[in-house]
Amino acid sequence: MTTKTRTWSDDVFAEMKKRDIATVATIPDGGLTQLLNMVVADKDMRLVTLSTEEEGIGVATGQWLGGKRAMIAMQSSGVGNCINALGIPVTMRAPCLMLVTMRGQWGEFNPWQVPMGQATRTVLEAVGVRCFPVEHADEIGETFAAAADIAFHGRLSAAVLVSQRVIGAKGFGQK
Amino acid sequence: MTSTTKPASPAPNKIKRRPFVAELLKYRGNALVVPGLGSPTWDISAAGDQPEYLYSWGGMGLAVSTALGIALAQPDRRVLAITGDGEMMMGIGSLGVVADQAPQNLGILVLDNEHFGETGRQHGLTGARTDMCKVAEGFGIQKTLLVTEESQVGALAELMFKTPGPTFAVAKIAITEDPWALPVKDGAAIAHRFRIAVGVEKP
Repeated sequence: MTTKTRTWSDDVFAEMKKRDIATVATIPDGGLTQLLNMVVADKDMRLVTLSTEEEGIGVATGQWLGGKRAMIAMQSSGVGNCINALGIPVTMRAPCLMLVTMRGQWGEFNPWQVPMGQATRTVLEAVGVRCFPVEHADEIGETFAAAADIAFHGRLSAAVLVSQRVIGAKGFGQK
Repeated sequence: MTSTTKPASPAPNKIKRRPFVAELLKYRGNALVVPGLGSPTWDISAAGDQPEYLYSWGGMGLAVSTALGIALAQPDRRVLAITGDGEMMMGIGSLGVVADQAPQNLGILVLDNEHFGETGRQHGLTGARTDMCKVAEGFGIQKTLLVTEESQVGALAELMFKTPGPTFAVAKIAITEDPWALPVKDGAAIAHRFRIAVGVEKP
């Protein structure tokens, strides 16, 4: 008999369900695949595929204005696309919850990812988003829960930054 | 062969925005209205302040995606996004997101004067070759309307407020000198009264 190993995606999904976070707006990332597949498979949840990450800020703000809870899931490169848009929830005091998988960080192979990866936390904090970096897989669920509660109860913007150490760097077969 | 001169606009821009928007909003019913920043916000404010108007003073390019989020959260309530040509072009990909989600309760109206009106009437991208109705159709929003006459307001209201969506229209408006009509600008206050009007927050 084999037992399916519990992953950080299972932990985050469980915390989402507890909090009625039923819509996920996304430009996908490799590390988010499992979580996004769980959202698609759940009949009570909705995946909103975007053309650029900033649209997710509009969708999530609109969801809250309409009485629902949403989050945005993206790679760190997408954070740069969101900065001006984040002025909307910050000014409206609307909750904005972001789950960000980091690139350009721990053992990055692709130098094009490094500038935005290194700037991610700085630019988020500069525009008024509270950042919750997390380095280890077994701490992601509780960190996500903490960020979600500060966002939805405090009507604040919060981002969970999942280290590339958790996801792993892709090497495209090169040494 | 490549063209070196810009073709003239395919449609006359003669509709006067302020009375036209005011006339359209008479058909609103209980629809929620999400204007883009700048002139569309001033237009709906000038038509008479309402808590169902989500005035915008920033976040260019996000009017349609914000309206989409509201429409998905409130499927039994009609939602109208009303924005300018520059704001729509900045968020043009959001039409693809709207087509993909296909909310039946969302209408999108672009007030198109083919210029960046707020910043000094600089050239806009819809003044020569780009046809936004065709763009919307290409994304998969099948019900579109080009409005060039004020007499089309009834048909426009039907498409925006009644026809199962998503629907999309472009109104070719004139460049006009309108008095300022600035609504409340505190974002938290705008959101608070909007949520009360939607029925998801207590006064």
